[in-house]
Amino acid sequence: MDGIWVPLALTLKVALWATAINLVLGVAVAFGLARWRSPAREVVDSVLTLPLVLPPTVLGYYLLVLLGRRGVFGAWLDRLGIELVFTWQGAVIASTLVAFPLVQKAARAAFEAVDPQLEDAARVLGLREMAVFFRVSLPLAARGITAGALLAFARALGEFGATLMIAGNLPGRTQTLSVAIYAAVQAGDDRTAGLMVAVVSATCVVALLLAGWLAPGRARRVRS
Amino acid sequence: MRLRLPAALFLLVASGSAGAADLVVSAAASLTDAFRAVGAAYEAKHPETHVVLNFAASDVLLRQIASGAPADVFASADQTAMDKAAAAKAIDPATRQDFALNRLVLIVPRGNPAKVSGTGDLAGPGVKRVAYGDPASVPAGRYTRAALEQQNLWPAVAAKGVLAQNVRQALDYVARGEVEAGFVFATDATVAHDRVVVAAVVPTPTPISYPIAVVASSKQPKDAAAFEAFVQSPEGRRILAGFGFQAP
Repeated sequence: MDGIWVPLALTLKVALWATAINLVLGVAVAFGLARWRSPAREVVDSVLTLPLVLPPTVLGYYLLVLLGRRGVFGAWLDRLGIELVFTWQGAVIASTLVAFPLVQKAARAAFEAVDPQLEDAARVLGLREMAVFFRVSLPLAARGITAGALLAFARALGEFGATLMIAGNLPGRTQTLSVAIYAAVQAGDDRTAGLMVAVVSATCVVALLLAGWLAPGRARRVRS
Repeated sequence: MRLRLPAALFLLVASGSAGAADLVVSAAASLTDAFRAVGAAYEAKHPETHVVLNFAASDVLLRQIASGAPADVFASADQTAMDKAAAAKAIDPATRQDFALNRLVLIVPRGNPAKVSGTGDLAGPGVKRVAYGDPASVPAGRYTRAALEQQNLWPAVAAKGVLAQNVRQALDYVARGEVEAGFVFATDATVAHDRVVVAAVVPTPTPISYPIAVVASSKQPKDAAAFEAFVQSPEGRRILAGFGFQAP
């Protein structure tokens, strides 16, 4: 039983960090894409959606080749004293990457659903662009963004392939629940594996229920 | 013309299923290169048989077989995994034989950044991480733990441990320079001799011997036994020796 708390705490830490980073990055990129009028927009959108469809092992390999000690940016990161491979920060990067499209897609849809007349009205009333964003656009899109963030959190909780490749399997340091489940199943420890599987499943169900409850479609139905 | 696409799709789907003459050999990850060669040589002699090789950590293979995976031959990297298979009645105990010997080595990345020359150096501050197979499921990891326990170094090394899913992953971590040192079999180190250097041969409390057996649920035990006999034949032994395995 005590074997489950350390990976659980680590998994929550990694998933929360990944969700927080994605909230900032995903919302910023989504707002830019929602307002950017250019044919290149959909190309950028597609590239940013890649983590959703690429096998996590492919993403993990990219990360390893880019960020590893002998990787493209490895020597440069090494000089800065930044170590990502086999660290929990590496696990955060992997989870952030795979969950990014979930926040970005939801946030973009939410921003595009905001009535531009409301933003124009705020401008007419003298608000600067930053204030328009924080006091009009963002609050109106908050529900959709939150739903996306919950999906991203659930995805980050379960992240396995890319995490295993870049963060490895270091008990107590990078061994998240998914990795611990894999190790337990390989070792034939079905009791521990079953317990951890139940915890992950329950957490994901709660996150999905919350996301569904917050989803824009449902909100409209409730209001009408 | 209209029929071609469905027909092609059917062929694509149908070709994925195992035919009657497929002999599935589940072998320890450290046997990857050697058994590819053994399998090819066996196929050359038995053109009616197609050898399908399945490589993973021995305990993973054991779990697959015990769960009913359609394997015919099981070759593991230590006796523990084979003992577990025998206890689970997953193999035919009458067919169990040792077929190869190996050694455990301490390897470092090319250039040896942490100046490691023996297991005693692993406790020092220059070594931040050491890769080895997860002792819970990887024989090479079990040998590593037993060897280091004997030298009273296990707690110090385990604190720096990066647990690999199989011995080849530990080899890869060292080859990429992501860890300062790692434990693999001598034959694994040979495979990556251009990227890793053997710092020391590590004595193990028990000899590293590889057992092989016919899987109890095999639908073609005769073919499986023939493959096992080929592994033990002078030709099979010669191929294994070419990859650095010694005869038992």
